[in-house]
Amino acid sequence: MPVKVIIPTPLRAYAGKQESVEVQAATVGEALDSLTSQYQNLKQHLFGDDGRLRSFVNVYVNDEDIRYLQKDQTRLKEGDTVSIVPSIAGGTHART
Amino acid sequence: MATKIGISAPATGEQPVTLSNEEVLRYSRHLIMPEVGMDGQLKLKRAKILCVGTGGLGAPLGLYLAAAGVGRIGIVDFDVVDRTNLQRQILFSSGDVGRPKIEAAAQRLRGLNPDIQIDTFKTKLTSDNALDIFRDYDIIVDGTDNFPTRYLVNDASVLLKKPNVYGSIFRFEGQITVFGYPDGPCYRCLYPEPPPPGLVPSCAEGGVLGVLPGIVGAIQAAEALKLIIGKGEPLVGRLLLFDALGMRFRELKLRKNPDCPACGTHATITKLIDYAEFCGIRGEEAPMPQNNVPEITPRELKSRLDRGDDLFILDVREPHEYQICNLGGYLIPLGELSRRVNELDSSREVIAHCRSGKRSTEATVFLRNAGFRKVLNLKGGILAWSDEVDPSVPKY
Repeated sequence: MPVKVIIPTPLRAYAGKQESVEVQAATVGEALDSLTSQYQNLKQHLFGDDGRLRSFVNVYVNDEDIRYLQKDQTRLKEGDTVSIVPSIAGGTHART
Repeated sequence: MATKIGISAPATGEQPVTLSNEEVLRYSRHLIMPEVGMDGQLKLKRAKILCVGTGGLGAPLGLYLAAAGVGRIGIVDFDVVDRTNLQRQILFSSGDVGRPKIEAAAQRLRGLNPDIQIDTFKTKLTSDNALDIFRDYDIIVDGTDNFPTRYLVNDASVLLKKPNVYGSIFRFEGQITVFGYPDGPCYRCLYPEPPPPGLVPSCAEGGVLGVLPGIVGAIQAAEALKLIIGKGEPLVGRLLLFDALGMRFRELKLRKNPDCPACGTHATITKLIDYAEFCGIRGEEAPMPQNNVPEITPRELKSRLDRGDDLFILDVREPHEYQICNLGGYLIPLGELSRRVNELDSSREVIAHCRSGKRSTEATVFLRNAGFRKVLNLKGGILAWSDEVDPSVPKY
């Protein structure tokens, strides 16, 4: 079923500069798979080499953290919003 | 050791706290609200808040806390005001460029409210001084700008059982919450680990809308004031996300992780650690670029161009940076280089440059690996070109 995945500002560069992407998925895992198969550069930012979600990236279904639901097995229903919320450190911006 | 530089105004000490007639007038718009009133205003006067960082977030924080009459405000910063700060760090004036932030900030806050005490800590917050600096304060407000200090502020706050009012920003987006509240989550419950340095968005994607830290810092100030007067619903267990582009606030649930190494039932962090190491960073900020990349200095480049050598200048910055200033180079942003490498002629000598030399170092390594034999990195980028060759090129 169609669900909306909200892409955070730091990762939009790897997702065609879009704020959100609509995917077809029944679980959070499927939604992220679908997203990263469309945007392959996003994958390394979301998943570590072990294939697990990185510990500085949280994923929410609506307002609930999937770590406290069924993680990537969390079921989605039509109209759910999946949010990717990475850690950001800025107060000002450390320049390189 | 904490280096306490200056303490202004009489300490509130042990004597009963009252308001002078001038203070009653100053705070009258608080006093006439039942949610604050005399009781709340005296709580504010007795309160001690530490602001870590006096940058974009620290500016509105410091100003509003001082204006509100928080009796003692500590500020920690080691930096010096530079011109690029003025776009958002509204504590500072043009005349402050080059001054230590802590001095300019203290002067501004004392000017705003001479009845309060400003403690200044002109130092970098470290594992050695954090507990000493934090100990005297009721509430810590985190206005820092990097992962090691964020984890340090968190762990020190958790160890001392002090609330930590957290705000962070990136471009158009902010995150705000209150950590370290009794039974509430901490930063490590939200993010157990920081990103490795390589995955932190680079300067190519960086930047911040000047007003964004103003909004986020003002929300942090509101939360700190609410915690003191004990009114309303604190932003505990909730992560507030703010998107200035869409002009939307969203709220996510934030739970205390029972297995959290800092605040969980079997916490393993019982003292402060080496946060640079924890964040995978040695030394200052980003890791140094590989030092075996062939380079050319701006002066060498200038003399070779003057000689008429056939050099291909490759600019790997973003188009909006090219508009600020350029060396007339051929523009391929670093992120597009692998896809567009066929636009380059590997028989020609290529000089890659960016703003400071970091992205072009990556580009040089990439091109060498792709079979380009004659690629040199412009050392120090267009900034160094401006310093050493042509000061008419603006620096940004």
